[in-house]
This record gives sequence, structure tokens and C-alpha cells, in this order.
Amino acid sequence: MSVALKDRSMVLQKEMIADHFEKLAHATETKTPVVYTFVPGNLTELIRSFGALPVLPEINALQSGMRKLSGEYIAEAERAGHSEDVCTYVKCDIGMMRSGNIGPGGKKLPKPDLLLLSYTGCYTFMKWFELLREEYDCPTVMFHVPYQGDGKLEPEHREYMLRQLREQVIPALEKATGRKYDEEKLRHHLALSAMAEEDLVAVLQAGKKRPSPIDGYFGTVYYVGPIFSAFRGTQEGVDYYRALREEVEERAMLGLGPITPDGPLEGEKYRLVVEGPPNWTHFRDFWKMFADEKAVVVASTYTKVGGTYDFGFRHDPNDPLGTLADYCSGCYTNLNLPSRIDMICQYIKEYEADGFLINSVKSCNSFSAGQLMILREVEKRTGIPGAFIESDLVDPRYFSAANIKNRLESYFQMIDARRAGKTP
Amino acid sequence: MATRVDGGMGTPMARGAVVEWARDIYDDLDFTVVRQWLEDHPKGKAGGYLPVYAPREVLHATGFLPVGIHGGGDRLEIIRGDAFYQSYICHLPRSVIELAQSGRLDMLSAVLFPSTCDVIRNLSGIWKLLYPDVYVRYVDVPQIPDPGAAAEFWAGELRRLLDDLGDVTGHRPTDEELRRSIALYNETREMIRTLYAARRERPWDVPTEELYLLLRAGESVAPEEFIARAKQYLAAVAADPKRQRDNSRVVIVGAFCEQPPLGLIKSIERAGCYIVDDDFLVGNRFLTHDVPTDGDPVRALADAFIRNDMKSSVLYEIDPGGKRSLMKNRVAAANADGIIFATPSFCDPALLDQPMLRNGAEKAGIPCIAFKYAENTGQFQQFREQAGTFADSIKLWGAA
Ligand code: SF4
Ligand code: SF4
Repeated sequence: MSVALKDRSMVLQKEMIADHFEKLAHATETKTPVVYTFVPGNLTELIRSFGALPVLPEINALQSGMRKLSGEYIAEAERAGHSEDVCTYVKCDIGMMRSGNIGPGGKKLPKPDLLLLSYTGCYTFMKWFELLREEYDCPTVMFHVPYQGDGKLEPEHREYMLRQLREQVIPALEKATGRKYDEEKLRHHLALSAMAEEDLVAVLQAGKKRPSPIDGYFGTVYYVGPIFSAFRGTQEGVDYYRALREEVEERAMLGLGPITPDGPLEGEKYRLVVEGPPNWTHFRDFWKMFADEKAVVVASTYTKVGGTYDFGFRHDPNDPLGTLADYCSGCYTNLNLPSRIDMICQYIKEYEADGFLINSVKSCNSFSAGQLMILREVEKRTGIPGAFIESDLVDPRYFSAANIKNRLESYFQMIDARRAGKTP
Repeated sequence: MATRVDGGMGTPMARGAVVEWARDIYDDLDFTVVRQWLEDHPKGKAGGYLPVYAPREVLHATGFLPVGIHGGGDRLEIIRGDAFYQSYICHLPRSVIELAQSGRLDMLSAVLFPSTCDVIRNLSGIWKLLYPDVYVRYVDVPQIPDPGAAAEFWAGELRRLLDDLGDVTGHRPTDEELRRSIALYNETREMIRTLYAARRERPWDVPTEELYLLLRAGESVAPEEFIARAKQYLAAVAADPKRQRDNSRVVIVGAFCEQPPLGLIKSIERAGCYIVDDDFLVGNRFLTHDVPTDGDPVRALADAFIRNDMKSSVLYEIDPGGKRSLMKNRVAAANADGIIFATPSFCDPALLDQPMLRNGAEKAGIPCIAFKYAENTGQFQQFREQAGTFADSIKLWGAA
């Protein structure tokens, strides 16, 4: 492991996560309520304002993927009758639960006191919590976030979300935690969120520099981890993003490239924009395929599933419930296909990318259905040919290293040829 | 090409003639009956909707002929559609895109994409990009049966649709006109319930193949025409009773969106199963009770959706025990012996629901089998064998 990997932000993140899972492991003894919810449209500040701890099953699933446990968990779920065709996050989670519910910290996760179904941009979420409810037999509250079908948040939809927050979600949290809603506490958490978001955006936008001091996909999935999960609205989150920003700004000042699994990347050769989630079971191998070619991802859409902060959104403590509604509506998977295409084209332009790649994962219809149309449209609008590869999130059966490597190599060769043609 | 049937809609017709009328419409992927309707109604427009639930009353009241878009089944070769979808996405959207890209849906001035799943949702975005002149709306139905916020939200969506669709046709309906459309669709749903009741009671007289063709025709013709043909069909059935066979009674679950090929339905029936309930084309009877035709009609439609007792994989189930008891209740209501989970490959709503539904069914001692299909599946031997073995085992099990 390189020295750079022991950056302060990394140490901080490790400590924060370990501490969080430790708290979860003792939640029953400490009588700390536990709320399960999803990454897109998570209401972490609201959950925290009730003194509860969030658990995000997608994060557990991706961690299981990285720790090479997902294959067995998925097999367990399939043996119990779950179809091979559906999202592997769900099956990984169900398999993990059936195998003792040992979380990423190596300790048993507590049962939920409430399943907060934030139905934001993914149909599977709805079924996932129906399935978990069967197993945990605990209360579930649904928060329906209308999809931005016409590419904008419609005022009536915002009103609908506000009413649900007031009339359904908050009462359910009050009941599950035994505490009253405290708007001042919520404002406090929201103010902390906004501070962290400001620093995160500075980190993300560092990808515009040449060379980019960050990898906007592989590296950034680590960077967004705290804010997409349990730490938005916390002081730890603020400290983490401040430290991260300082490190990234320093690297930018020194003209350094991003840190990769094999140390700092020097001699950035290709600048890419990536659409779609990564594969987690072979995450390092996958990243290495890019790093070996000196390809740096300067921006990605996946790192916006938990909020599109780089387009200006910040949680606003002056409008506590309204800002939660705005946040949920604006998460990447809640945007329609034309908006997603606009975003990718904008990234290509602003981050001066010379290529874009779609990693289409079998699990996820929310992301994947329509990606071939995205490919065509982006190629048409930017004049840059894209690459299309297929894998999965946490199902190791669907990661074909040789195929993906071949595809990437030919893609980089094509970029070279185009460059040669343009600059004789 | 769909042929016109002689004799007008009020006169009696032989069962075969009604079925052939419906089969012609089903087979005709050029939607000739819709094009004919447009010729006959120069001020009217055709408005498509994808599965599952779209408020047809609103299309109708604004001057549209509502047209169900269900893919091309096994009758359509996919040439362009595969370029839009990866292999691990169900067949329906590629088939719908094929219909559209080959010009077969060019008579549609509006298309509604209900919140059935993320595939149909994202298809709405593709449509916006490919057909910018067509009115496209993702119809996000409320997910909780809450008479406050959810009903208000849905009423707002319906008003928006009335305004937008009214702009397309140039006809913003009065409350009275919307009430008339509501009444017409109440009658349509009542007719479908009557057909289902007839099949449940005498499945030997009302084969599902025939019922299904009639319902499919109903997705392309005006509601009055469907009602009239359905009446003729029921009258013909009553006049032409068939012999009851020693078949098992099954419920089909999971086929609410991408439709099975007709051959699959026939194979199940020929294997010794009477299909006594199913969720084919379930959008046509999604509202289980009549919508009131007095008061504010938008509010009436919104409240009807909220109060509705249709259980479906495309809606969130608020009752924690709901999934466990659903199959037991449906089997009891249909007086059925078993369940066939017949689901399209890669269909999230159906396949994610299946373990919960099957678990509940098996706990209640209901025999189940499950298989997957695609709308263009061409080989039925395997399904026939599976269904035949199932029917036999039910008989043995029932006799034990
Ligand atoms: S379908 Fe996609 S967005 Fe939904 S849970 Fe699975 S991976 Fe996440
Ligand atoms: S068949 Fe299933 S996955 Fe495919 S569009 Fe229909 S509901 Fe969605």
C-alpha cells in the first residue's frame, strides 16, 4: 500500500465507518433506534434528528461484493426462490440476512425499528422493503418521490412530498423512536450537510483540472461514501470532507494525478466520463484496467445517485422539509433519460473528456434500461464515440475480465487513432 | 387486416365470428382498426398507453381513442428494437420500439407510460427523444392508499393530463363529458367482470384463448364496440354450451405486463388446465368498483384509485400480511386448485413479488408451479408438459 493511501481523509473515513458499525452492533443495548433506508433519496438528517442510526442495505451489499462474500449470499437467496433475473443487491442483502446478518464491520447488524422506504428513482426499492418486511416483521413507511418524467420538479409533486413527510414519515419516525420531531435539530443537521456538500463539490470539480487530481469514478465512490450513507449532516462528515478537499487541492497544486490501487497515477493519457455503477466484486481489477492505460475518469454519473450537488443543490436549513423534498427529487436515478443525457454531455464538455464509457449492469433496470439510447444520443451530440461494457454490481458470475479488458483496449486504441487523425 | 363484421353490433353473431373478429384485430400489427377509427372521426386522435394502469377515461374524454400498446408478441420480427436494449432486459420494450420504429404506431398523437416499472419509465424518456412531436407523459400513480396527500396528488396528475391531452386534441372536456367517459368505462369494466365471472363458472364454455382475444381487441376499438361484441359473445356462448372436462382449475399470476404468446395460453388449456383467473391485461379492470358519476369527476376518479382494492405487483403493498394472503384469497375467489406463476423473463415486478406470493400460497397448501416466457416464445412443448404434469398432480393430490 502506498504512503498516499494513508492520507488523513482515508484514516478518518475508516474510523468513522468502524465507529458507525460499532454503534450499530450495540444499538440494542444502548436503545438506539435503527432505521433502514436507501441511498438515493435518503433522509439521513431527519433520521439523525430523531437520534436514530441509518443502515443502508445497498452499502452493505456493495461491501459484501468487495469482500467477495456476495456470490454465496446471492446463491443463498436464489436457493430460497429468488429469481436469477433480478437485482443482485436485493439478493445479496437477503442472503446476508439469512446467513446471520453480519455487517461490513464483522458484527451482527441490528434489526430495523423502521423500514423507511424512500421510493426514489428505483422500482426495486419498493419490492426490496416488502421482502425485508416479510423477514423482519417491522413497521414500514413509504415515501413516494415522484419521478422527474418531464425533466423538472413539478410544484404539485413537491407539495405531495411535503405532505407525506409531515403526515406519514415524521409520525412513523416519532412512533419508531419514541421521540418528538424537533425542527431545530433537523436544521442543525442540514447546516452540517451543506458544509460538507460544499467541500465535496470542490473535490468533484477538481476533475476539471489537467491532470485531474482525482479519479471521478473509482476514487470518488470512496469520496461519496460518507455523504451518501450515514454521515451527511454530521460533524464527522464535515471534518472528513474538509480534510479530503485539502488533500485534493494540494495534489492539484502540485500537478499530481489521482491515487489508484497501485499508487499515484502519473502521465494522464485519457480523460473519460463514465455512466453506470461500477462492478464491486472485481473493483480493484476493474480500476486497474483503466489505471494501467493511464485512463482517468474525470466525472461520472454514478457518484450522483445520492445527490447532484455539483449542479448547485445544497441542503437548506431555512427550509428543512422543502429541502429534503428537493434533494430526493434531484437524485440522479430520479432524472429522466433526456436529463441524464444532458448531464453526460455537459460533463464531457466541461471536464474536457476525450471519451465516455457506459458500464451497463445486469441488475439495474433503473440505470440500464435506455443506456443504449444514451450512448447513441451522446455520440450524436458530442461527436465522441462511446464504449459500452456489461457487468454486474455484486454477482461475480457476470464479470468477464477478459472481455472487458479487450473492449477497453480497443476503445483506447480508437481514441489514439482519432487523435492521430486530428493531429497529424 | 381486421375485417368488419356484418350485421351491426346489435345483431346476434356466432361465437366463431366474434372470435375471428377479435383475432383479426389481435393479429393486425398495423392497427388498421385504429386507423379506420381516425378516418371515421376526423376530429379524434389516437392515444396509446403502455401497461399496466392508465386512466383511459381521461384519454377518451379529451377526444382520444385509447389504444393499448402491448408489443408485437410472436408476430413481430425484431430488427431495430434489439439495438435499444441489452439482452438482460425483458422483451416488451424492444418489441414496442420495433412497432414504433417501423412506423406502425405513427397514428398515435400521445402515449402514456404508467409507473409499472423502471423499464417502462425509462421508455418514456426514449420516446421523448425519438418522437418529439408526440405528447409523452410518465404517469406516476400514487403508491399509498392515503385519502389525503395521495388522492390530492393523483387528482392533480389527472387534471394535468386533462389539460395536456385537451391541448393535443383541442378539446378540454366539460365535467359532464368526463362523467360520460367514466360511465362508459364503468360499463366496460363491468362487462369484463361479467366475462371473467362466466369463465370462472363455466371455463369449458369460455376458453381463455377466446376471452383473451376479445380483451385484446378491446384494447384497440372504441369501448362501445367492445361492449357490444362482448355481449354478442356471451349470448353466443349461452346458445352453444360445451361439455365439461375433468380439468384442473388454475390461476395465472405474473403476466400483467409483457403478454404471453397466445400459443402459451392454448398450451396451458390443452394440457388439462382451466384458467379460471389471470392477470392478463389487468389494466382494463384495474378499478374494481364503479367510479361515481356524480360530484367532481376528477376527484371521483382519484378517490376510486385510492379506495381501490386491486392488489398488484406494480403497487406498494401497505398491508404487512397482504402478500402472504393474496394468493390464498385469489384462489378461493376463483375456486381454483392451483397457481401457475407465468412471468416474463427479467420482469422485476413479477419476479421480485413471486417469492412472497409463492410462500404465502404454499403455506396455505396451494400447489404452485412457475415458469418464465417471453412474448415471442415459439416453443410450447415444455410448457405443455409442465402444465400437464401439474394438472395431473392436482387431480391426484385433490383425490388423496
Ligand atoms: S435496481 Fe438499481 S437502483 Fe435499484 S436497488 Fe438495484 S442497483 Fe439499486
Ligand atoms: S415485462 Fe416487467 S420488466 Fe418488462 S416492462 Fe413489463 S413490467 Fe417492466
